[in-house]
Amino acid sequence: MNRDLPRWADWGLIPALNLALAFAVSGLVMLAVGESPLEAVYWIWVGAVGDGSAIYPHGESIGQTLYFTTYFIFTGLAVAVAFHCGLFNIGGEGQAYIGGLGVGLVCLYLDFLPFILILPAAILAGALFGGAWAFVPGYLQAKRGSHIVITTIMFNFIASSLMIYLLVNVLIEPGQQSPASRAFAEHARMPTIQDAFGWTGIDLGLSDLNLSFLWAIAACVFVWVFIWHTRWGYEIRTVGQNERAAVYAGISPARNIILAMVVSGALAGFVGLNAVMGDHHRLLRDFVLGYGFAGIAVSLMGRNHPVGVVLAALLFGALYQGGFVLDVEMDNVTRELVVVVQGLVILFAGALEHMFRPTIARWFARPAAAAVP
Amino acid sequence: MDLFLSLIQLLDSSLRLATPLVLAALAGLYCERAGIVDIGLEGKMLGAAFAAATTAYLTGSVWAGLVAGIAASVVLALLHGFACITHRGNQVVSGVAINTLVMGLTPVLGHAWFREGGQTPALSNGTPFAGVQLPYVPVDRDAAMALIVQQDPDLRTLRQLTNRLEAGDADLAARIDALLVAPTPVISWIMAGLQGFANGTVDFVTATRFTPIELPLAETLAPVPILGPVYGELISGHNILVYAAVALVPLTAWVLYRTRFGLRLRAVGENPAAVDTAGISVARMRYQAVIVTGILCGIAGAYLSTAHNAAFVRDMTAGKGYLALAALIFAKWRPVPVLLTCLLFGFLEAMEARLQGVSVPLIGEVPVQLIQAMPYILTVVLLAGFIGRAVAPKASGIPYVKER
Amino acid sequence: MSIDAEPVPGTAAGGTGGASAPPAIALIGIDKRFGTVHANRDVSVDIARGTVHGIVGENGAGKSTLMSILYGFYQADRGEIRVNGQPCRIGRPEDALAAGIGMVHQHFMLVDPFTVLENVLLGREGGARLSGGLADARATLERLAREHALEVDLDTPVGALPVGLQQRVEILKALYRGAEILILDEPTGVLTPQEADHLFHILRSLRDQGRTIVLITHKLREIMAITDAVTVMRRGAVVATVPTAETDRDALAELMVGRKVLLRVDKTPAKPGPVLLDVAGLSVADGRGAARVKEVSFQVRRGEILAIAGVSGNGQSELMAAIAGIRHPTAGRLAIAGRPIARTADAHDTRRLGIAHVPEDRQREGLVTSFEANECAILGYHDDPAYNGPVLMHHRAIVADCVAKMQDYDVRPCNAHLPGGNFSGGNQQKLIVAREIERDPDLLIVGQPTRGVDIGAIEFIHQRLIALRDRGKAILLVSVELDEVMSLADRILVMFDGRIVGEIAAADADERTLGLMMAGIAPEAPPPGRPPAPLAKSA
Repeated sequence: MNRDLPRWADWGLIPALNLALAFAVSGLVMLAVGESPLEAVYWIWVGAVGDGSAIYPHGESIGQTLYFTTYFIFTGLAVAVAFHCGLFNIGGEGQAYIGGLGVGLVCLYLDFLPFILILPAAILAGALFGGAWAFVPGYLQAKRGSHIVITTIMFNFIASSLMIYLLVNVLIEPGQQSPASRAFAEHARMPTIQDAFGWTGIDLGLSDLNLSFLWAIAACVFVWVFIWHTRWGYEIRTVGQNERAAVYAGISPARNIILAMVVSGALAGFVGLNAVMGDHHRLLRDFVLGYGFAGIAVSLMGRNHPVGVVLAALLFGALYQGGFVLDVEMDNVTRELVVVVQGLVILFAGALEHMFRPTIARWFARPAAAAVP
Repeated sequence: MDLFLSLIQLLDSSLRLATPLVLAALAGLYCERAGIVDIGLEGKMLGAAFAAATTAYLTGSVWAGLVAGIAASVVLALLHGFACITHRGNQVVSGVAINTLVMGLTPVLGHAWFREGGQTPALSNGTPFAGVQLPYVPVDRDAAMALIVQQDPDLRTLRQLTNRLEAGDADLAARIDALLVAPTPVISWIMAGLQGFANGTVDFVTATRFTPIELPLAETLAPVPILGPVYGELISGHNILVYAAVALVPLTAWVLYRTRFGLRLRAVGENPAAVDTAGISVARMRYQAVIVTGILCGIAGAYLSTAHNAAFVRDMTAGKGYLALAALIFAKWRPVPVLLTCLLFGFLEAMEARLQGVSVPLIGEVPVQLIQAMPYILTVVLLAGFIGRAVAPKASGIPYVKER
Repeated sequence: MSIDAEPVPGTAAGGTGGASAPPAIALIGIDKRFGTVHANRDVSVDIARGTVHGIVGENGAGKSTLMSILYGFYQADRGEIRVNGQPCRIGRPEDALAAGIGMVHQHFMLVDPFTVLENVLLGREGGARLSGGLADARATLERLAREHALEVDLDTPVGALPVGLQQRVEILKALYRGAEILILDEPTGVLTPQEADHLFHILRSLRDQGRTIVLITHKLREIMAITDAVTVMRRGAVVATVPTAETDRDALAELMVGRKVLLRVDKTPAKPGPVLLDVAGLSVADGRGAARVKEVSFQVRRGEILAIAGVSGNGQSELMAAIAGIRHPTAGRLAIAGRPIARTADAHDTRRLGIAHVPEDRQREGLVTSFEANECAILGYHDDPAYNGPVLMHHRAIVADCVAKMQDYDVRPCNAHLPGGNFSGGNQQKLIVAREIERDPDLLIVGQPTRGVDIGAIEFIHQRLIALRDRGKAILLVSVELDEVMSLADRILVMFDGRIVGEIAAADADERTLGLMMAGIAPEAPPPGRPPAPLAKSA
């Protein structure tokens, strides 16, 4: 497909338009329940960055926003990498869950090691477990033609059952009722940013923001390098853009489908670092609260590019954190409003992408034609 | 005998659990057979469950709830059609969007309207055949006043109402008048017909929930060994939507294989170009399919909140839409296997509760979670081609673009 | 607005219709463009009632577009359609069906899992319930089948039928809809000669009952065998319409191919060296498992350009794909410079053996249109050490390399960061040719090197190919452009129906001979010094 839009429109105007529409429709929902959309925006803003008061201090609010951003970076990147290979990985939820299992197992059973060894082991385990959970659907797609969308959905549910089984029967803390493991040893927990960087004078209060955030940023750099600056990324993109050209070039679609899925699953698996090692400090049920699905919206809005993913993840992080304050401060609105926005973003940026694009492309048609002889 | 009875009970609850799956899977069958992949069964069911419970609660009519559930689901289905048929969007993405949207919208609206943590208030039990009030059924003045008393929490007795009327409450008078006026003869005629079908008489003991129907002779047959319990426990005593779901299976098979609509539906999912060259509009066929999907998903959702349960609860579909999708694939997109697969999945779900902590002879304790995951595992194995092969309609998931 | 009803006076050129009765179909001044492609140029044809009317022309001559307009699949930009003398607006296939026009498409419009009966019924069910329509259809079809030798089991799923029978289903579909005018688009392309003969028998029977048949084909044998009149199209325009009885194959071949101005390519005589590529008994199947290349054997020597001429769709694409490692052969052997090429070799392996490949379809195969030019310029060679470090690709080297090629091959605009799809066809092709030639391969496979390429670029690409040959490399050229084949090649093989049906030295070749060979007709005299092609096998 020809690039029918200038870059800035593709990367700025269209996402902005989609977002504006999503917000507009959400605003209508607010009006329908008799609340002011502007007030909601205010409280989300306060929730996301704080207002300096004792209840919503800036540092803690921002820290919490970045804590959620961390999740969305991981799952958004996971969806993006699969998209680059022309695959729709809808199984981020399950891969994150199983990735968390890997992280949890390391923290539980390797805690005789010092933190400096636990950390890489946990990272590796998250990637391995998440990657393995994505490998099977990838393999089945590549070699047996099973549709990746269906298999990844199925694997979400299988992951959920598996986790509950393990928590109830294997990992449960003896003498406890709730299906959760024992708490990790102090040195097997991911330090918060506050603990690690408090000496610089930053004040993030009691926020859950932890070192996983830095790993998320590293993951962005990794994905950027991997997709655009290595031959493996080149092959994945070729398969995703034009499978016939890939075969012409001697690039195996099957191998790259599997590779892309494993990388995608590994990225989703890192959710476990933030949730299990960084926040809950134990393995428990449902620590992946829809982050995998949110990753779809993040990736669509971020145009499958790490920079876009970071920006979209920041937005959704702010919305999620702001949603909590919205919940408390406004009577008639709950934080699920954020999920409405998320659904609308997927609708406008994803399913209805062809609705506005031609119109906008037509606005640009003339100058673009002049620029390209 | 005890074992036999518990088996009957197990099958009985399998049937109840299978019902929403049957409805949703049949819903999916219509649009997937037309070449539209629908991940959004889950969202449509959830939206319908919410709309049905809300409307049933507000109107006091479970039938109005059903209609509202269907309407909500059809609107979502049309949105899916708009994205996938008109704008040739990605069908999977559109389904995910609808699921996410509904997952957010239902608690937001539920909270705003009912303040019960995103749930709707519990619906009362009544006897459905004894009294159901549909909207637009022409009624007399007394009946209209009785209905308003019954619905309006501010009014406790008929006395209060007449008092306020005498005090000159124009608003109240208008509400009564509104009930007296049917919008069009046709609608009131249809609704009156439905009303007659539902109860025969117009009275105002309302049911806001679908309740069990005792089939004739259930009492009489009860003492008969085997047949008695099978008839009385397993066959009789379900609500009308269960019977509807079962009846929809042969109906769907008939529509699919014996009617013009079915022939064109199947053709458009296999080779839309052939349908196009035969002078039939592909988009029109696909829209029709999507609407049928919406209707059936609507019934499935209404079943969850007004028949199987007595209120809407957050995320009450809990993956049933995806499970129905799995059943549809497992049944290779055919109606009768859909019923059997859904019964199997329902049976597994019914077993789950009963096997908790029970040691099965020879096997030992079966983890409940394994049974829980079984439908999904089976579907993956089938998709991988290890047991038979599930071949989707050839054109499914591909937007139709006219070309040579 | 589908068709502008421009008043066109009188009858169209070259009409064969009788003086009294109006023609079954009159196409008057049909004009159609797709973007920059002028598919039909002011086309006027009269088709007389009760005749078989052939429309011939090379691929891309505009025959199929014309018929698609007649069937309502496309709307003409200008022009008028008259059916039985009445102006007729055909905006959709329904309109064509209503006017009594039926079409048998080149790619059958059948629903594979449906039975024959269901396929025929689709769109003409005769009521909301099928049962009545099914019975009626069965009776009607059995009658039609008897009358026209169109027997086929009505209860078999169409997907399980051989193509010959599937085609009968298509004909039955049209007849069941009451088609008085039947258009067949390349109907014999998928048939065996026996099946084709049976089809002609059916068509004659239909004509004798007063129906009108329009036969689109590029095979002159068929035109001579069955048509009453023939219209020749070339480059979107009608060249001539003549009664079949008043013409012959040679004249038609000449009309079809045309006398184009030969592109002069300055080249010295070839100095063939040792055999480089050895193809022995090669057979290749297409994606559906049908044999497309049938036991083909030939050799390419160093320092020569061997061209494979033929109407497209006769197995050339599959032959190229097999040599390039894109498609695995079903039988036969391939060897380059004496080393065998494994049957499972992929394109990556063949590139390592020194085979470069300029594909026929540059948009869909040769480049990734959304990739930047520099990324397109390494497609297939992306793992070359020159472009890669241990982990990272050397972006700067890749861009520099691309810019150098773009300058050398005069690719415009010389912007290595512009997406491949934004270049014109000629510039895309120059980029691809640069990519493949600059690897200095031993063997270059080139498919349709100048299709959709402007004159300047054609000359440039030809010079580069000659230069490669003169460096002692071998070139295997596949082209449907006869000028190109004759001006570029040193030796020409003609492919028809998956087989090599003739070989001719370029110096001895002329358009007429080649045109006849490509149309599946033996040349009157085999070129001296070469054994005659085994034509009998394919006939």
